Amino acid sequence: MNLNSCTLQHMTRRHFLEQGQIGLGAVALGALMKRDGYASAIFDSNPLAAKQGHFTGKAKRVIYLHLTGSPPHLDLYDYKPELVKHDGEPAPDSFIQGKRFAFTTGVPKLLGTRRQFKQCGEGGLWLSDAIPHLQGVADQICVVKSMFTEQFNHAPAELLLYTGSARSGRPSMGSWVTYGLGSESDNLPGFVVLISSGVQPNAGKNSYGSGFLPSVYQGVQCRSKGDPVLYASDPAGMDRDLRRASLDALRDLNEIQAKELGHPETLTRIAQYEMAYRMQTSVPDVMDITQETKKTQEAYGAMPGQATFANNCLLARRLVEKGVRFVQLFDWGWDFHGTGPNDDIRDGLTKKCATVDRPIAALIQDLQQRGLLDETLIVCSGEFGRTPFREGRTSGGSILGRDHFPDCYSIFLAGGGIKGGYSHGESDEFGFSIAKDKVHVHDLQATILHQLGFDHTKLSYRFQGRDYRLTDVQGNVVQQIIS
Amino acid sequence: MGHPSDCDAGASGRHKIPCPTDRHFSPQIVITMQRVRFRWLPLFRLLVLVANLHHIKLGLAQVNERLNFSREIKPVLSNNCFFCHGPDANERKGGLNGLRLDTESGAFADQGGTFAVVKGQPEKSELVRRISSADSTEKMPPEATGKRLTEREILLLKEWIQQGGNYTAHWSYSKPVRPDVPCVKHPEWATNDIDRFLFSRLEREGMTPLAEAERHTLIRRVSLDLTGLPPTWAEVQAFVNDGDPKAYEKVVDRLLQQSSYGEHWGHMWLDLARYADSSGYADDPLRTIWPFRDYVIKSLNANKPFDQFTIEQIAGDLLPSPTDDQIIATAFHRNTLTNSEGGTNDEEFRNAAIVDRVNTTMAVWMGTTMACAQCHTHKFDPISQEEYFRFFAFFNNTDDADRFDESPLLMRFTESQLQQQSQFQTEIARLTQTLATPTPERVAGQTKWEQSFPFDITWQTPPPDSAVSTGGNLLTICGDSIITATAAKTATYVIGIPLNSLEPTDVKAVRLEALPADVLPGQGPGFAEGNFIVSKITAVVELPAAIPQAGRIVRDVKFVAAFADYEQPMFEVKNVIEGKTNSGWAVGGSLGRAHSLIAIAAVPVEAPAGSKLVVTIDQSSNHESHVLGKFRLSWTNHNHVAEFAQTPAVTLAILNIQSDLRTDAQKSHLAKHYVSIAPELETDRSRLAMLTQQLAELKPAMTVPIMKELAENLRRKTQIQHRGNFLDLGQEVTEGIPATFHPLPQDAPKNRLTLARWLIDSNNPLTARVIANRFWEQIFGIGIVSTSEEFGAQGDQPYHPELLDWLATELVARQWDMKSFLKLLVMSAAYRQSSMVTPELYERDPENRLLARGPRFRLSAEMIRDQALALAGLLSPKMYGPSAKPPQPISGLTAAFGSGIDWQTSSGEDKFRRGLYTEWRRSNPYPSMSTFDAPNREVCTVRRSRTNTPLQALVTLNDPVYVEAAQALARRIAVSGFAVSDKALFAFRQVTSRNPTDEELNRLVKLFDAAHEQLQKQTTEAQQLATEPLGPAPHGAEISELAAWTVVGNVLFNLDEMLMKR
Repeated sequence: MNLNSCTLQHMTRRHFLEQGQIGLGAVALGALMKRDGYASAIFDSNPLAAKQGHFTGKAKRVIYLHLTGSPPHLDLYDYKPELVKHDGEPAPDSFIQGKRFAFTTGVPKLLGTRRQFKQCGEGGLWLSDAIPHLQGVADQICVVKSMFTEQFNHAPAELLLYTGSARSGRPSMGSWVTYGLGSESDNLPGFVVLISSGVQPNAGKNSYGSGFLPSVYQGVQCRSKGDPVLYASDPAGMDRDLRRASLDALRDLNEIQAKELGHPETLTRIAQYEMAYRMQTSVPDVMDITQETKKTQEAYGAMPGQATFANNCLLARRLVEKGVRFVQLFDWGWDFHGTGPNDDIRDGLTKKCATVDRPIAALIQDLQQRGLLDETLIVCSGEFGRTPFREGRTSGGSILGRDHFPDCYSIFLAGGGIKGGYSHGESDEFGFSIAKDKVHVHDLQATILHQLGFDHTKLSYRFQGRDYRLTDVQGNVVQQIIS
Repeated sequence: MGHPSDCDAGASGRHKIPCPTDRHFSPQIVITMQRVRFRWLPLFRLLVLVANLHHIKLGLAQVNERLNFSREIKPVLSNNCFFCHGPDANERKGGLNGLRLDTESGAFADQGGTFAVVKGQPEKSELVRRISSADSTEKMPPEATGKRLTEREILLLKEWIQQGGNYTAHWSYSKPVRPDVPCVKHPEWATNDIDRFLFSRLEREGMTPLAEAERHTLIRRVSLDLTGLPPTWAEVQAFVNDGDPKAYEKVVDRLLQQSSYGEHWGHMWLDLARYADSSGYADDPLRTIWPFRDYVIKSLNANKPFDQFTIEQIAGDLLPSPTDDQIIATAFHRNTLTNSEGGTNDEEFRNAAIVDRVNTTMAVWMGTTMACAQCHTHKFDPISQEEYFRFFAFFNNTDDADRFDESPLLMRFTESQLQQQSQFQTEIARLTQTLATPTPERVAGQTKWEQSFPFDITWQTPPPDSAVSTGGNLLTICGDSIITATAAKTATYVIGIPLNSLEPTDVKAVRLEALPADVLPGQGPGFAEGNFIVSKITAVVELPAAIPQAGRIVRDVKFVAAFADYEQPMFEVKNVIEGKTNSGWAVGGSLGRAHSLIAIAAVPVEAPAGSKLVVTIDQSSNHESHVLGKFRLSWTNHNHVAEFAQTPAVTLAILNIQSDLRTDAQKSHLAKHYVSIAPELETDRSRLAMLTQQLAELKPAMTVPIMKELAENLRRKTQIQHRGNFLDLGQEVTEGIPATFHPLPQDAPKNRLTLARWLIDSNNPLTARVIANRFWEQIFGIGIVSTSEEFGAQGDQPYHPELLDWLATELVARQWDMKSFLKLLVMSAAYRQSSMVTPELYERDPENRLLARGPRFRLSAEMIRDQALALAGLLSPKMYGPSAKPPQPISGLTAAFGSGIDWQTSSGEDKFRRGLYTEWRRSNPYPSMSTFDAPNREVCTVRRSRTNTPLQALVTLNDPVYVEAAQALARRIAVSGFAVSDKALFAFRQVTSRNPTDEELNRLVKLFDAAHEQLQKQTTEAQQLATEPLGPAPHGAEISELAAWTVVGNVLFNLDEMLMKR
């Protein structure tokens, strides 16, 4: 007895005959099925199908540049001449009383920046000479100088920034965004992660995991070496023809099952295998930066074949161009404690900045030239800031370093409907506390979601009896930085 | 309209939008749902929806049936009203006296002349007026909340008030009452009571169940469900050909006895227990906790009753004389994260672990979300913040404290260590025996030794000519060469002793006699109530000035050993040679008596006539006043002084007794002593010493973090934490449970053991329902309560409430026998049905909650991997022990502040063990399994999602594990017959456990032929495809054929039906 309807048989038979052997995807299949009036919802509800937010956001996608370890903002974006004047003096009691720092006890010594700052662009943003290329795009960026968080250790702070909670287990920002908006690409993952400098982010895969959201929303790490996406390469000895032939057989056999048992899921699976087949070529293709002109490669400072931040910036542009919703970069090596020459805020910082300054500036300009900057939100931050004083353990040495600092720090944003050449919030004269317009990481999250068209209080998911959201139970959109 | 919600998903808020995941995942973006829902629904669904609304209107006008508050009204109020009109006074509009709709008294209360609910009079009820109001300033819920009542919900609320507006307790908070088993029109369809509940419902819905699935399908389904592994073709054949009416039951019984049963069901429990092999956070170091995993597997296989399983894990350590297993069980709650990043506050993360334990306990056993109440009184369920912290108090007094070493630990030896240990012990026993057994040679040797013992040692005790102290105290040289001292905190004495020898001589040893004196505290010899500490002794020989050499010549006396007649434990005499600053030789325990120390020179020091011996007695320990008050120094040149010195005083005394006057005990003592020094026994002695040391150094490799209650005097206070902040503490609370639940036994101590017993108490309204529902979910794909993690007001309503209560009471009646309960489920006709579906049925019941067809849903990550390995013949049956590291792609990354995250792939069969044994690193979960929704186990996972993504396709197509399985399968196929079609038949049966249709078989043959043709031309590729990574092909095999079958095997492992229960 065959319990299946004529509709399904008719539909599948006709469909597979008409579509021939290759290239049927969720979209095409779904469109066809709609005409048959059956099971259309299966394909409309493809979890990665592009969706609308709560309203039309100015930004369609995000590139988040994370400088893991947290850069010394006082040597980059927040100029404190008073701190320079009092360099080497003991930190005033009022600033440190009752506070706890990761590696500093007792009375630390104030540390004025050794960098030269200047006002840049028409907006007159103060930026340091460690980031000369960013100085050149100052009018495209918005510096927020009044950020704060509660966490002073890397992993919990990173979790708070990306998942809204300092404990692990919740979905990351990119997962929330992909869950809410889906993807505009039918052959690339919606949420892509690129890692440079050879070390995972502090919270490991939790920083881009999907938590309790379905795993389809988790960040997919694309790599410069080995398979660009895990298992994208066919087994050794299997060429594309053979893969195609085997997928054809697989599809035919699955189709027989779909007819016999009648489960629409089987058809979805056929579509997912076809998508996988396309990803096998589209991902290596998009990851191949040699396709860029020499001039573009040079603008970024990209070097094909390496896992550098510069390459990843260029890849980020290529990915968003192809409809990827959220691109997350992590670059290790920004934990400037002063424990060695590489984490010295003078030469060490110069060297480290040289690996990101030009690529970020190039990314901003490139997106602008391609008309993508307005709808692409770029955010660049660490997980917290660094102290206005010398780190306790290393204060006796000749290498200058700063401790972790959650109370007041700076980040910058660009594009995606954010005011350029604009500075928001202020720290006090020594940079110890926020003097004006506090912005918590939950506020940053709320603002990012807002730019994408979400009311952050309503982008929620019911898990184990509770509605969860990225901003937990807090968050206010920072209206002042929106253009 | 007894069950309005069943057939009316759209209007009741339950969506029946088919979804690419088989688990229908719940409403997504709240605000967009209203709009999206209608866009997604085909037109006829909208018509149905409208028709249903009419149906409800008619229904309500005519009902005689009473509405069930708990099932039909409370969810509406909870979702839409409780946030502002619920238990939490801080959020409540109007504060303490504001309107409450979560309690009956609140709803009926006089709110300044208006009443939210007036019994039987919807028209007079303010609630009805406000929810129906067209005025946006009055309308409830306010637009800003984003919530909106549907027409149907408004009608339901009106009808409920019409019926009297009665409140009853939330359904899951009352103890389940065993319902009567309903009658069915077709009793022949049912095999057990589960079916009678399900089919009576189907009959009401006008539906009929499907026939039993075909036997090939059924045995694969039940094998996967009970053991996580597919049947072998032989098992399939045996079942298909078994004419016994009990054939199926025999299969079930056999499967329940297999050790793979515990491994399969273990993974569900390990998700709940958040078991992982690393401790989490930034550096995520590895942790040894696999004995807990093994405990779970063993307990399940032994069919430990669930109540006992519960008690052991929550409070095994508090049981009387707990076994090792019962203590290991408590590692359940040590699976919490430990933060070892520098600069963290241990108390903060200890606290986070306790919070996790509270939340996990309630989620696992009672399906109740406690998390909300950590920061504020629960907005939906009757759990206050105070009650949260009273529950917290049960867990707040264990010894663990986010320490890097994860203490407290249970330390046990592994099997191989135990073997080693026993080898050592055997040999030690043998050597001890050898040494204890006298031989004639040894007796002769002893006699010779006794005769030549150096009794004639003469000590030279010339009067010192100088005695100086650095301690500021005074040394006085008295008669008999004795020196007395005054008190000092610490001091170094330097004593000069003219050797008074006319001839050149050798200094071979120096003796220090510490002497008692009445004038000293405790009668001496030292000032510290009689005690002293000599931290070091050194000596030099000063040559006489007369010797014509430049300057004064000093010769070091290098001491190599020191012996004393008595030494205080920990202050042993050997310390004076090493010169330990904070230690030395002391005589506590034998004060007020004379003691002596003899220091032996490594080589005799030549001392010409007129030389002087200068001895330095260092007493610079950090113990105050431990300096000598009366002492004397001597020296000797006797050749056998070392032998004399190392002979204990008691032995010396015996040696001094004439041999025929010695008692038996004395004789035996002497024999033993001789054994310890006899040169001919040196080999045995040193071997024994080495073994003894090795035995002592064998440290347990198995160190499991466990729960251990703090001692009474160390117990922590528990205080309410404002907004869940561990630094912002409020009122102190003691152990207790939320008042809404059954009470703790009055006389029982308020500890974890009592809590554990409370969890499985027969009065507990939730545990049996939650556990029964979870088993149901695993077998049928979705729980009777679909939110298996949440049975509170915010959870789903049970789809078959009576069936759930029947199952819960049945589980308890079966004394929590898990295997018997599972057997009950899989014996049902509902389970055994065919899983075919029509579009109509699919549309009506996409999640298969009515069970008008058999269960069919995606396998778990572990099952997919294990199945491929098993079918390929690669799966290792090895159980237990440290986790395995199967091949995974090289990331080239390191963990933050940690080591590389790539691992050294296990060799041999460890590559092919069941997924459950794969090392579970939280920050970097095994990629192919996490792609298939295996959680990283940071927190308790009650329910995994079951997605269907392209990345999964890439795993099963290209992950070397699956390629290797296809290659191994190909080698079996190639020797399974002659004709290609025979081989294809073998392959198909081997993998799918069923016979192919002609169409299917032909398609496989076609693929093989095409692949074979191509690979015969591509010899290099064929070689790779047949052997990488599996290894060289068997001798004589045709490579292109193996390669082509590998292609076929790869396709078979990727069939939709392989990823699903069929």
